[in-house]
Amino acid sequence: MEISKDLMAASSTPIVLAILAEGDSYGYAIIKRVLELSEGRIEWSDGMLYPVLHRLERLGHIEARWEVAESGRRRKYYRITSGGRAQLAEERKQWQAVDAALRGIWSTLAVPLPSITPTPLAPHPEGA
Amino acid sequence: MPHPHDEAVLEEQIDQWRGYLRRRQAIQSVDVAELEDHLREQIAALADAGLAYDEAFLVAVKRMGSLDALSREFAREHSDRLWKQLVIAPAGAGETSAGAGREALVAFGLALAAAAFVKAPSLFGLHWGQAEGFYLRNVSLFVLPLLAGYFVWKRGLGPRDLSRLVVVFVAAALVVNLLPFVAGGSTEVLAGLHLPIALWLAVGLAYAGGRWGQVAGRMDFIRFSGELFIYYALIALGGGVFTAFMVVIFQAIGTDVEGFFESWLLPCGATGAVIIAAWLVEAKQSVIENMAPVLTRLFTPLFAALLVAFLVTVALTGRAIDVQRDVLIAFDLLLVVVLGLLLYSVSARDPQAPPGIFDTLQVVLLTSALVADAVALWAIAARISGFGWTPNRVAALGENVILLVNLAWSLVLYAGFLRGRRPFARLEQWQTDYLPVYAAWAALVVVVFPPLFGYR
Repeated sequence: MEISKDLMAASSTPIVLAILAEGDSYGYAIIKRVLELSEGRIEWSDGMLYPVLHRLERLGHIEARWEVAESGRRRKYYRITSGGRAQLAEERKQWQAVDAALRGIWSTLAVPLPSITPTPLAPHPEGA
Repeated sequence: MPHPHDEAVLEEQIDQWRGYLRRRQAIQSVDVAELEDHLREQIAALADAGLAYDEAFLVAVKRMGSLDALSREFAREHSDRLWKQLVIAPAGAGETSAGAGREALVAFGLALAAAAFVKAPSLFGLHWGQAEGFYLRNVSLFVLPLLAGYFVWKRGLGPRDLSRLVVVFVAAALVVNLLPFVAGGSTEVLAGLHLPIALWLAVGLAYAGGRWGQVAGRMDFIRFSGELFIYYALIALGGGVFTAFMVVIFQAIGTDVEGFFESWLLPCGATGAVIIAAWLVEAKQSVIENMAPVLTRLFTPLFAALLVAFLVTVALTGRAIDVQRDVLIAFDLLLVVVLGLLLYSVSARDPQAPPGIFDTLQVVLLTSALVADAVALWAIAARISGFGWTPNRVAALGENVILLVNLAWSLVLYAGFLRGRRPFARLEQWQTDYLPVYAAWAALVVVVFPPLFGYR
């Protein structure tokens, strides 16, 4: 499913912050987690995640550090800061408000929606 | 199982991909390393699932997104890296040379228009060198509307922004020409000096072209202002040399060109050069790598040493500041210089970099400047009642307070950053948010001071 660009941009901050609130992580693993959580429905173009991470870092919501991964390569890990947690709580409130409003209107809407089926994750070997 | 030959081919492909990324100005080598780690992990996962290396490479690269889209996203986040580059117009490569030619024509046309504006009042009997008050009050109105116009054209601003700018400039022209100034009075001189500062904000709005609301947009305008100043100084230097040669060679044939210089070359050159300098900053950003930050690096340690030496001398000798007429203005200018050093080091700094020795130096500079200014203010405050509240002194004092507030809060933010409490972006935000304050004060001096002090 194609999710609009604006919606992607708006939702990327809470999604990334929430994933980092689960524990420190790095780009590739974050994208994997997003696919997993959305059952393959949210598919970010991989490269686009990094400017988002850098913006959050500049705003002080997350911190980065370089570490040597088990593969022997240097890898940039991100960690959520206390400012980031506060931001996440704030975003959560906003999204819950939007979500509640949408749920209300969906339930009163008579038009049936087409059922959503998860798209297969073919070349992503880890699957979901 | 992959063949060793396949691995060699893969390494070659990754090398090539890395090369393409490196050519993008917005993506720096640390980012390339981060993206490469991602690409390799993706390839490894795909290969584990049974894809051959070359297939895995293709899929992984595709997932990364197109290079253009990727570097556009990086550019949006890291606009500071692109300041040197010409990326504002995403035109195709073929168009750019024709576009650059047209831009040069527009810039030179506007520069000629500025020169014509300066000379036009002569037609109505207001001659340069005689109607000094008129030219002092209006000189910024001959140039800045054209400079703003250049950016309106370049950024393609809509009629709403355009009409706002027109309103601002017309209002400014009405104020300085309709208020009944006493000829040669302080308020007239102050209005002439402060009007360009107030109108510079209007130029900034045109320059930012809709990005004024963003920190990055305002920061770009600060960068632009610094580079413009440097280009202008260079052009003025060249103009001085040119004039010296002109005078000398015409003297050799017994012709006096001083009149031509004073009433034509100087006014027309000085106004037209503003537009030309702005065009140069826009067009040739990559030719001189940001000069302002380079000069900042050079002079920050020198000014820090100067101020510390000054404070140590004051402390050791116990000499009080001799409060002369211009001492307040001198300290205002000192704070302006310190603010400039701070602004241009902030503008060139990578916000993600950890605190370094240069940051400590900045804090030393800020602290010593604040203490020196406090010493000067203390000396002035003790005697200001004896001097009386003239418009000049009130203006100078107001500016001192505005600069002091800015620098003091900057110091707090900088110290917070050094101790790892605050991100560097806070300092950037504070500096860019503060810009309208200068313009507001300058507008106040232009509009409110004349009636307040009886137009004298």
